[in-house]
Amino acid sequence: MINCESRSVVVIGGGPAGLSAAIAAFDAGAKDVLVLERDTRLGGILNQCIHNGFGLTLFKSELTGPEYAARLIDMASERGIECRLNTTVVSVAPDKTITCVSEEGVFSITADAIVLTCGCRERPRGAIGIAGARCAGVYTAGTAQKLVNIMGYMAGRECVILGSGDIGLIMARRMTLQGAKVRAVLEIMPRASGLMRNVVQCLNDYDIPLMTSHTVVDVLSQGGRVSGVVAAKVDNDMRPIAGSEFLLPCDTLLLSVGLIPETELAREAGIGLHRVTGGAEVDDTLMSNIDGIFCAGNMLHVHDLADYACLESEVAGKRAAEYAINGGVTRGAFTSVECGDGIRYAVPMKILSSGSGSITFTARPSAEYALGRICIEADGEEIYSKREAGIRPATMLRYVLNSAQSDKLRSASRICIKVRE
Amino acid sequence: MKDVIIIGAGVCGCAIADALGEYGCNVAVVERASDVACGATKANSGIVHGGFDATAGTLKAKFNALGNPMFDELSKQLDFPFRRNGAYVLAFDRAGIDGLEALLERGRANGIKDLERVDGDTVRLRNPHVSKSVTAALYCPSSGIVSPYEMTIALAERANMRGAEFIFNTGVTAISRRGSVMTVDCTGGKSYAARMVINCAGVHADEVAAAAGVHDFTIRGRRGEYYLLDKTQSYLTDATLFQLPTSLGKGVLVAPTVHGNVLVGPTALDTDDKDGVATTAAGLEEAMSKGRLSVPSISARSAITQFVGVRAHCDKDDFIIGMSSLQGFYNVAGIESPGLTSAPAIARYVAAEVAAYLSLKRKTDFITVRKGIPCFAAMSDEERAELIASDSRYGKIVCRCECVTEGEIIDSIMRPLGARDIDGVKRRTRAGMGRCQSGFCSPTVIQLIADTLGVPVQSVTKCGAGSYAVTGRI
Repeated sequence: MINCESRSVVVIGGGPAGLSAAIAAFDAGAKDVLVLERDTRLGGILNQCIHNGFGLTLFKSELTGPEYAARLIDMASERGIECRLNTTVVSVAPDKTITCVSEEGVFSITADAIVLTCGCRERPRGAIGIAGARCAGVYTAGTAQKLVNIMGYMAGRECVILGSGDIGLIMARRMTLQGAKVRAVLEIMPRASGLMRNVVQCLNDYDIPLMTSHTVVDVLSQGGRVSGVVAAKVDNDMRPIAGSEFLLPCDTLLLSVGLIPETELAREAGIGLHRVTGGAEVDDTLMSNIDGIFCAGNMLHVHDLADYACLESEVAGKRAAEYAINGGVTRGAFTSVECGDGIRYAVPMKILSSGSGSITFTARPSAEYALGRICIEADGEEIYSKREAGIRPATMLRYVLNSAQSDKLRSASRICIKVRE
Repeated sequence: MKDVIIIGAGVCGCAIADALGEYGCNVAVVERASDVACGATKANSGIVHGGFDATAGTLKAKFNALGNPMFDELSKQLDFPFRRNGAYVLAFDRAGIDGLEALLERGRANGIKDLERVDGDTVRLRNPHVSKSVTAALYCPSSGIVSPYEMTIALAERANMRGAEFIFNTGVTAISRRGSVMTVDCTGGKSYAARMVINCAGVHADEVAAAAGVHDFTIRGRRGEYYLLDKTQSYLTDATLFQLPTSLGKGVLVAPTVHGNVLVGPTALDTDDKDGVATTAAGLEEAMSKGRLSVPSISARSAITQFVGVRAHCDKDDFIIGMSSLQGFYNVAGIESPGLTSAPAIARYVAAEVAAYLSLKRKTDFITVRKGIPCFAAMSDEERAELIASDSRYGKIVCRCECVTEGEIIDSIMRPLGARDIDGVKRRTRAGMGRCQSGFCSPTVIQLIADTLGVPVQSVTKCGAGSYAVTGRI
């Protein structure tokens, strides 16, 4: 009664990262690719991102989320890649056996290689411990976005948004366009955490105040729904300053306080997770510590652009196909990538000495620099360097090294990425 | 006319309604909220206490000792989660060791068996994450954990199957007696007649008594703030860890839940706002810092939610159970800890008293088994396949964190005393109880409630009156 089958490459998650991985795997020669998607449609969170601004790098044009998804869906369907919808993967075993559930029953699929592209989830109220009433009207920004853009219901009439992540900024504009009053966006850090273009286009253009170094210290309710929030200024340690509290009347509090890689399946499969990203730890082929299981997209680390998530996933898809076609790879020694000054984390976390081809680095800065130089060093020797203006934690850095530079890293016993002023 | 009107659908009200069903008693339960288990019942530690803590001779001691052994059979009959995980009372200094001795003696006086004194190293051998500053502990193997709202929902459902009527969203304004008839006037101009009224109104029991002209006790609200930690933290402890009260105050507990989360709390602060369940930064910090005395590695970063329960603390410092000065008006009040543990025993006792008063005989045949909603998350692959084959909606997973299917959510709405709001679905199925705290599933749950009940999405609430999920159509 449990159906069994086997596949060369199985991609778990049919969002932009998953579709990109599947397309790349197919193009690299894996003809038996299967995408498993739990939602009723492909495209993932892009479907609810009806604003434009997607695809500038990948498609050289400005698309909305659904348009962007449609392009990837078309590319997958042109290749005849099988995508199974309404199918939730409930477990992934280290031997690459996948168990999934759909209305048709329970399925067991053995894969030669797996790409995990499960995306991420929003940090909820409880994870940051906002005190106050436990009433209706507190939503994460993405949940509100689904209510508004997919279901067609207003999440609220008067909003305060805590956190200036990109979805929060986008939702500030979206709620305003839909006739709601957005009183303010509060950000506990001294600077916005979303992209600068979103601050300009979503807040400044609509006269929505961005109050940095502010947080919500209390949620008030009346009749079962939010009636206001108490905001306060925070000190340098991000602690609320007594006496600085003020009331912002509202019926809705939207939270955009961080995204967390969705690692439930990865964890159960025994995949090692990274202390800083919360996502998987991978080598330069984007393979996890479990042979044949690759990770990419927001499940690996949270990206600020869908394009970069897709480009990353193409690497994972291609490598997964190679793994499946070659019947595995032998991974030899590796060198861990150290994060030096100004770098919070970098992907990949380790470089295999046995590999070949070009290595792509993505890195998240830990501080702001008006002008800086990103350096990648092998055994103390600078093998890659790029001048960057306006380095900030909200903007991910991405560098594609050429083969010669990549090979230098492969033979190094110490690798470091850092910002020099 | 009803035989009995019970005011309040918390654990006591529901357990008594259920027990009265064994006497063929015609019962109505009047509840202010939109669901059962909406007061202190849903927000407490979920501990089935061993019974060593209460002072010998009190009703607390008596019903705790009687209630605890009832849980094994009750949880099987009613299909709610319960587990005897054992509990330690931790002492942190020399004075504490004397305190444990006193507790041990009290326990023996209450007739509690198998209590064991253990030293600090033994505690840590069995619970490696317990603090090095623990010097000794009292171990009680019969202590257990239960899901208090699932237990109450199960009791209410069986009571309903046995004939009890539940009237929600209805507050009580006045209670009077004329001849042998009691009249309960309610909000919305409704009025109910019965031969007897049982006051199970929790924190509001003194106000309900006052509405009947009975003024012989007062209830204070005592707030307790809690942290609920992610399931990844279940390694921290498998036993319930109490702290011996010290000169610094009553401690907090660190305990697993039946679903594999970890609970830290509660604080204890008297309040005039009996319905005030807002968390406070100070209270949460206190819960966390006290919890760390027992298990230093607890982190607020692993929290998934926080909540407040308001216990019904009686000025007489014991349960109040019995007929009041007004004939026909019976109090079950001041049911704070160990109230959850005591509830089944209280219900059995009260039902017998009521039956005697109303001259009812215990029936020989009554419904005993209540089957819960199928729990997809706990099933094997084979069981899952079979369930999906029976109804494909069990193959649609809605809550990814807790692995809850559309079939279960619809069950929770369709069954007797079914869920009417988002929290009702959550308590019955666990949809939204996980680490994303309903971020992904709430839009689907809202739609399923609307579709199943045939109401507009705009009328779906989080927890009854006024708590609307959305504010209108686009």
